[in-house]
Amino acid sequence: MKRLASYSFVLVSLLIGISILSTVTLGQSDWRQIPIRPLRAFQPKQPKRIQLPNGMVIFLQEDRELPLIDGTARVRGGSREEPATKVGLINIYGEVWRTGGTKAQTGDQLDDFLEIRAAKVETGGGVDSTTIGWSCLKDDFDDVFKIVADLLHEPEFREDKIEIAKQGEYDNISRRNDEIGGIAAREAVKLAYGPQNSYARVPEYATVAAVTRQDLIDWHHAHVHPNNIILGITGDFDSSAMEAKLRQAFTGWPKGPAVKKNEIQFQPAKPGYYVIPKEDVNQSAIRMVDLGTTRDNPDYYAIEVFNEAFGGGFSSRLFRDLRTVKGLAYSVSGGIGTAFDHPGIVRLSMGTKSQTTIEAIQGLYEEIDNLNKQPISDDEIKRAKDSILNSFVFNFDSPEKVLRERMAYEFYGYPADFLEKYRVGIEKVQTADVTRAGGKYLHKEKLAVLVVGNTSEFDKPLSSLGPVTTVDITIPPPPGEKPGEAK
Amino acid sequence: MKYRALRILIIFSVLISLAGAQDLASFEKRTTVKKLANGLTVLICERPEAPVFSFFTHVDAGSVQDPMGETGLAHMFEHMAFKGTDKIGTKNYAAEKVALEKVEKAYAAYRYERDKRVGRDNAKVKQLEKAWQDAVQEANQYVVPNEFGEIVERNGGEGLNAFTDDDETGYHYSFPENRLELWAYLESERFIHPVMREFYKERNVVIEERRMRTDSRPIGRLLEQFISAAFQAHPYHRPTIGWLADLNYFSATDAQHFFNDYYVPSNMVVAVVGDVKASEAMPVVEKYFARIPSHAQPDEVSTSEPPQNSERRVILREASQPVYLEGYHRPDYLDKDDAVYDAIADLMSEGRTSRLYRALVRDKKIASVSAGFTGFPGNKYPHLFAFFAFPLPGHTPHEIEDAIHAEIERLKKEDITDDELKMIKTRAKANLVRGLAENEGLAFQLGQAQARYGDWRESFRQVDRIDKVSKADIRRVANQIFVPTNRTVGIIENIPAASTNKGGQQ
Repeated sequence: MKRLASYSFVLVSLLIGISILSTVTLGQSDWRQIPIRPLRAFQPKQPKRIQLPNGMVIFLQEDRELPLIDGTARVRGGSREEPATKVGLINIYGEVWRTGGTKAQTGDQLDDFLEIRAAKVETGGGVDSTTIGWSCLKDDFDDVFKIVADLLHEPEFREDKIEIAKQGEYDNISRRNDEIGGIAAREAVKLAYGPQNSYARVPEYATVAAVTRQDLIDWHHAHVHPNNIILGITGDFDSSAMEAKLRQAFTGWPKGPAVKKNEIQFQPAKPGYYVIPKEDVNQSAIRMVDLGTTRDNPDYYAIEVFNEAFGGGFSSRLFRDLRTVKGLAYSVSGGIGTAFDHPGIVRLSMGTKSQTTIEAIQGLYEEIDNLNKQPISDDEIKRAKDSILNSFVFNFDSPEKVLRERMAYEFYGYPADFLEKYRVGIEKVQTADVTRAGGKYLHKEKLAVLVVGNTSEFDKPLSSLGPVTTVDITIPPPPGEKPGEAK
Repeated sequence: MKYRALRILIIFSVLISLAGAQDLASFEKRTTVKKLANGLTVLICERPEAPVFSFFTHVDAGSVQDPMGETGLAHMFEHMAFKGTDKIGTKNYAAEKVALEKVEKAYAAYRYERDKRVGRDNAKVKQLEKAWQDAVQEANQYVVPNEFGEIVERNGGEGLNAFTDDDETGYHYSFPENRLELWAYLESERFIHPVMREFYKERNVVIEERRMRTDSRPIGRLLEQFISAAFQAHPYHRPTIGWLADLNYFSATDAQHFFNDYYVPSNMVVAVVGDVKASEAMPVVEKYFARIPSHAQPDEVSTSEPPQNSERRVILREASQPVYLEGYHRPDYLDKDDAVYDAIADLMSEGRTSRLYRALVRDKKIASVSAGFTGFPGNKYPHLFAFFAFPLPGHTPHEIEDAIHAEIERLKKEDITDDELKMIKTRAKANLVRGLAENEGLAFQLGQAQARYGDWRESFRQVDRIDKVSKADIRRVANQIFVPTNRTVGIIENIPAASTNKGGQQ
């Protein structure tokens, strides 16, 4: 049901009220006669971009509706860059950067100071970046910002908080095979990218145990430099006063080395069937995956329209055929995945009762076959484009969304007017483009098909479809413990 | 298309907001309420930040209103509200109507024979089942699948969805501002002429939803058992999603009856927030929604849960990792101490200064997460205040139980500190402000307060009520309800699946 949460920013005033009135040719009934005038002209406010001499990029987005000031600094470098022997490092760093406190104050002291002001300062670790963000009432900004600056410059990574973070990681590891949804999500990425791929791998007891305080300190010193940071602030402030404050705080901060990018290998699994047996369920989680593409691919716009028509939302083919008409699933979706700077994942997902597992897989196959037999029609394409374009305004209906998107384009090196390009790109998509995109990226015979479920209750053995590989998801025990020993 | 009960365990803090008088004054200027002649309440809040609006339709009926033997029916109707009307979703309604009547006759005959306890004729069951399926197929030829959703999506609708919980049913999405009239048409039509088409396929969809949320999730299984143990008389003991046997029982006719009984205009509040002017929008909304025919409201649920007089325990032995949950009965949301419970939930759970985080996660190092929350499984009727934690590897639910009880004892015996009380009150105010920045959230908040209290301003006044909570109130309430005989405990104990080596578990 969601689309494009991502693209939000545009320079044009919006007269994109594409009325369905002009296009509908079916018989008349009430709703088609309701007039739809053009959308009110709207100029979304653009953030002010500032680049300091030391390379730090700052976006300031005033929003005076409420007396709040919120901000996020995104720092280049994330878990895809952590060493394979220390997977989990970035998760721990992302927590302890904040909980470990600063040279002057412990994390607990920061907690007390902030909570009594109903303010938050939080840090986090992601796949390609780490973040430090805050939210506060505007009168508390100076106090809260001082803490943010201290954490940027002098984090302490105290050992007691590292231990708590590690225990949290161990807990996650121990629970990761409890639910089929989680298992399917994790293992599908491994199939699409390869088990050792740095977007797919997950922390283990041993790799978490290997992380030391020195690793966190080293990571911080290697990455947290102004030239690796994009800072965005939104809320109730005056931009020029804020700019002066930030220049004063950050101009003296010297440049550091740029973040090195690792070469990442993508090695999709061999096409075929993969099974993970789980006895305590009555529903199977099915995932079909292959490597997708990036958003700077010229096919991107056709892919977006294809996804909308094929697997996104109430009116898509997958929802209609497998959920509404056949009643085989509550949850079914699919499409050609894209990402900013690495290939996304082609992924079809479905949950169905154990007894219709094979039927559901065949149903998904049929949908792919049908793309040839009954190519996506002009009407389906019109509908998909209407849906994307008429909801386009929701990409920038708040100053905070506009800011977030601008920061993403800056981070990934996309043009500042990418969202406007997106709108134009979608408008230009023709039926033939969509057919071509579907044919180019979605191939039945290239898919790795994963089923997590109660194999003894399947309608037919999975092997009736082809050779099956059983995926072992046994959690490697902590160092020094024997397999099977309860942790 | 979803129901909310199970989300609660994962949601860490759900404080709904409150604000100072200044914010309330600003909303006074921008908010208009009108009760239409048919009894339906319309609330419009002007927030012209961007050319869009969101709405929330609140229907004061949830799974508590499910008839006996038909659990899941309120949620089932919610799904049916996406199936269209006599004009949307059909190729020929006159013919479809006749075909749907046939389906109902055939299903009734099949169900009667199928459910006979004595003298069932299995051959006849098969034959009647086929007749029913044939009738379904005949009716399906008139269907335009998902046309309702298609119209919404095609017109730029965002976040088209709905939820059902124990207390209520809610429908919501957002539209560009130039679609207000189209929205008013679509939203009113679905509650004037809903058509129970594709009912039995959708019932299978709902059963898949049950498998996904409850049957195939250890925590889903725990919550269902826990709630049914904690409530014995009140309908809160029944799952919103419905028992499987009931889902396989009820008919489209039953769903239509539920609609007829509970989707009464006086039972509904429609809140619209965004780029709309009340002076222009109200007549449009009225024009469409005034058409919903009014009739008498159904009787209120009268059963009340008798006082619990002994502790109850539900222990699930699962291949998954352990979980600890306990709940205590408390009065409904209209109780004079309602804000005291909110204050206790905040104190125990909010952030890293919270008592449960500091005791169980930071100091004792026995849990990865621990919190207390109220409003479980609903809050319209007397319900539970609950605590939970996920024990860290190597620690047991019993250690958690002791640690939570130690924190409860502290609450009963010692006053909370000045700083703690200040934190609770400041956070309540700040959270209120933070909740005002989005159309969707505002529509929900204002609409729900209007429905629950008859006045949207109550969502702001909650802050004032929290502001009046004293240290003595917290001790008094804690001593009143956190007692062993008022307690229900739910535990997942881990049993290794290694013996079979098939569970995908360790």
